[in-house]
Amino acid sequence: MPDPFDSILYKYIYCTLSSTGDAECVGTGLFGGGLLPASLDWLAFVLTAVIIVAAVVNGVLGGVLMMIWGERRLLGRFQGRTGPNRWGPFGLLTPVADAVKTMFKEDVVPTVSDRMVFTVAPILMLFPALLIYAVLPFGSGTWLADINVALLFIIAIGGGNVLAIVAAAWGSGNRYAMFSAMRAVAMLISYEIPLVISLIGVLMLSGSLSLVAIVNAQTIPFFIVQPLGFFVFLVASMAELNRTPFDVAEAESEIVAGYMTDYSSMKFGLFFLSEFAATIATSGVITAVFLGGWHGFDPIPSQLWFVGKMVIVLSVIVWVRASWPRMRIDQIMSFAWKALFELTLINLVVSGLLVLAWPSLSTTELWYMAGINWVVFLASIYIFGKVLGPKHDPRRAGNIQDATLSRSDAPAIPAGGAD
Amino acid sequence: MPLSTQPITINVGPQHPSTHGVFRMRVTFDGEQIVDVEPIFGYLHRGSEKLAESRTYTQVVTLTDRMDYVASMTNNQSYILSVEKLAGIEPAERGVWLRMIAAELQRIASHLVATGFFLQDLGALGTPLIYMMREREQILELFERLCGARITNSYMRPGGVFMDAPDDFWPALDRFMAEMPHRIDEYEDLISGNEIVAARCDGVAVVDSQTLIDASVTGPMLRASGVDWDLRHRQPYEYYDRVTFNRPLATASDNYARYIVRIHEMRESLGIIKQCLEQIEPGPVRPEEVPALIRPPVGDSYVGTECPKGELGFYLVSDGGVAPYRCKVRAPSLINLTLLREMLIGDKMADLFVTFGSIDINMGEVDR
Repeated sequence: MPDPFDSILYKYIYCTLSSTGDAECVGTGLFGGGLLPASLDWLAFVLTAVIIVAAVVNGVLGGVLMMIWGERRLLGRFQGRTGPNRWGPFGLLTPVADAVKTMFKEDVVPTVSDRMVFTVAPILMLFPALLIYAVLPFGSGTWLADINVALLFIIAIGGGNVLAIVAAAWGSGNRYAMFSAMRAVAMLISYEIPLVISLIGVLMLSGSLSLVAIVNAQTIPFFIVQPLGFFVFLVASMAELNRTPFDVAEAESEIVAGYMTDYSSMKFGLFFLSEFAATIATSGVITAVFLGGWHGFDPIPSQLWFVGKMVIVLSVIVWVRASWPRMRIDQIMSFAWKALFELTLINLVVSGLLVLAWPSLSTTELWYMAGINWVVFLASIYIFGKVLGPKHDPRRAGNIQDATLSRSDAPAIPAGGAD
Repeated sequence: MPLSTQPITINVGPQHPSTHGVFRMRVTFDGEQIVDVEPIFGYLHRGSEKLAESRTYTQVVTLTDRMDYVASMTNNQSYILSVEKLAGIEPAERGVWLRMIAAELQRIASHLVATGFFLQDLGALGTPLIYMMREREQILELFERLCGARITNSYMRPGGVFMDAPDDFWPALDRFMAEMPHRIDEYEDLISGNEIVAARCDGVAVVDSQTLIDASVTGPMLRASGVDWDLRHRQPYEYYDRVTFNRPLATASDNYARYIVRIHEMRESLGIIKQCLEQIEPGPVRPEEVPALIRPPVGDSYVGTECPKGELGFYLVSDGGVAPYRCKVRAPSLINLTLLREMLIGDKMADLFVTFGSIDINMGEVDR
């Protein structure tokens, strides 16, 4: 079991409060440490936990507000407009205004709804999104819990939002919502499989399910060593997050707002919040597992490296959202089962053989693996694109032909023939 | 034991993000599959045809603005041509050229709106729509210079237009003409080659050309099925027989074909405007002898014009008074919409609004 004192956060706060004189606490802690008497050591544990949870939850909420602002600004740039810039410097306070407005909205509960389920669903939705942050390493020493099954934890917790979506749809008694829930269940369960299998390649390289161990194993960022795994994980997590082009569960132009159609006020706010919180959490997982986590060069602190990489992942997600239309549910399903699933299997087999060939996993050997994996990646993407992609050039699909006739051509029907 | 299933009926609209106004469909689904569609309209009925009977011929122009409110200029043009035929007014040459320029600009603007909202229905989050609204904005600014109004123009009058274009209109139009071809290329780069667009639109909602002709569907929807039917060429009105233009035809008759025909028609409209600019000459925009209060002789008239959405025609009956005795509108939006049920049955729910968007209707014109 990893030592909780590895986490700087824990060590600092606990040592400030506790006065039992742990060996790790010598010289750390504010005010010389030992604010609580030795008999209240249990309270020190509890208070440490409460403080950390409060800090993280509020940090996540702040991050969500920042992301709402960032996404809207970025979308604005992609779309040739300015984006929100009225309230606060660069419009930074816009999400605060949005939040206040959302809170003051009337909380409508439809008469046909199952009141209990309707109320619980938004809370259910928020839990998994927040719990992922418990295992994210935000910097060297800056994590809440370094549990040895962190990846399993994330996968297990991340699947929980399906339940919330079905609960919301069932609770609100709306047919659009039921459509959305059926789509969400079908899609999320299908994409869970490539998502999990794409991580196995990483596990073989790191030899551990702990995110801290995975980050420490990345002498080269794993997206270089595992391009296929990275690609599949990125695509599958975008599907898990209901982001464009996989946003069929809340397809605005088809089923209004999907499972959120009947929600208003803070219940809607919670859905919105958890969606963004989950997006940020997933970008954190991608950063930790594939982009080298907090590793970077020195003058910049490791926490900033981590956040910077997360921002890059989030920008890519927004970029995709700004430029692509939505896929249809049957196309999404066939994409998962015909393309992503096979790609992960290829990745699994190739990575297994490579680890068998170079079991010591030194940096040089990782580079060899990276070379072979990139060849496999490009070749398989090309082949799958040929087999599954559009059978003809889309530009020719309409088979445009110009009927070139000039003014000298006699019209087939004389002028004014309709009279 | 097999699961028992039953079809589910949903009222889509009249309040829905993508009904392009207030359209209502009672759709029956079997899972995601559409089993039945019952279109219900009339939510935007304002009685324009009846109102026209109590207004003078010039006043009715303002009513036509409000029918298809994203293509007011072509509505004006269609109505004015019918009045001119009824009253036997010979329009001024410069006025006709100005009407053609305005109508072709309006065609581009209307196709921009159609394509933008079509992609919005496909789920492209605003980006293509906002790009296209940006160019439409330039066209609306040109209209503002031309007649002071952006949407409800009421620019045209029997005999021509109500005032000549101001001097600053021409350089602005030149700037627009220089820029627009690059913009259309930009749309093509963004949309036409996109695999998701192709996957979503190829082979969806195919209707064969005979069905379209039987339902008297017109406009880009008919041309996307390979039927070469463009009233500007078949029954040249105004001076369309003095300009050269291609009529883009597609054979696939699916949603993609309807999209690509509109993109190509925008290019052709630019070509027509260019030729108009070469041939337009100074002169009066409206003959002096047209009276303010027109009293056409007893009779009737109909002129079909090629509007962005299809054939628009005003059937006017005169009893010799100052107001039309009867004004019947052949609205392309309404007639193109009649095939909706045939196009949708068997498709997926996601195709519902994509197909609806590809028909390009305007509820203001459907319900009048």
